[in-house]
Amino acid sequence: MLLIYCPYCEEERSELEFRGAGDAHIARPENIADITDEEFEEYFFLRQNPKGLIFERWRHIHGCGRFFNAARDTVSDRFYTTYKAGEPKPDVSDILQSEQNKGAAK
Amino acid sequence: MADQVTVSRKAALTARGGSAEAILTPATAATRISLRAGAEALPALSAALGVTLPTRPKTSASSGQRHALWIGPDEWLVFDESEADLMAAAASSGTLHSAADISHRNVAVIVSGPGANVAINSGCPQDLSLAIFPVGGCSRTILGKAEIILFRTAEDQFRVECWRSFSPFVFGLLSEGAADAGY
Repeated sequence: MLLIYCPYCEEERSELEFRGAGDAHIARPENIADITDEEFEEYFFLRQNPKGLIFERWRHIHGCGRFFNAARDTVSDRFYTTYKAGEPKPDVSDILQSEQNKGAAK
Repeated sequence: MADQVTVSRKAALTARGGSAEAILTPATAATRISLRAGAEALPALSAALGVTLPTRPKTSASSGQRHALWIGPDEWLVFDESEADLMAAAASSGTLHSAADISHRNVAVIVSGPGANVAINSGCPQDLSLAIFPVGGCSRTILGKAEIILFRTAEDQFRVECWRSFSPFVFGLLSEGAADAGY
């Protein structure tokens, strides 16, 4: 069972209680009526789909109902960290560095 | 002339069941509200409802027959087993909040006995050990494919709230779990 830490419930819960909600930190253009079709396409449809670390929105739909953000590895499905919606995006190098330290300690 | 017919409300759940390890009983009728409110409204709402709305995850507060369960950071399930008018109580707070009467949307199954946690765990992924899910603990979660609200009322007793139309499924799955709890 994959466990996900909900920053609002302050507890690890089964993945069955959660639902993914796409990429995180996608900022809606403030001048949405003025941008070109190409710019809108890029904002609305185009995603990176990286292999490895990705920042995503998740929703604890069968729990507290909150959206939150998560840093996840798309290869191993490992959740590096989760944080409340609205909190700043964690630094990628910090996450990978702390993972390396964990790996070295083992 | 058409005959006049008196219609009585049919309960969603009338069955009793389970096993010696986990007894299943439909809970008596209760009034329930789904309450949403910001932190600044909590003191007035708590005073109006006569029960202090909990602010910590997975906790509840009870006062007599009335119970308030933390569901989310701004969401509570409040229910009253004496069927008192919770909507009127919430409205009398005079603060900004949202209260929806869900008295008849939900029904509850009481699961009791030494195997109560095993019966629920047959379809629910939460850790129900006493250290993690103590008496008075509560959480919205899932049971099989149905969403439930789980409330531990005693070491060996849980209240399982579910939507009315899901209750045959929930009762059936709990019955299967209760039958397995003895092994």
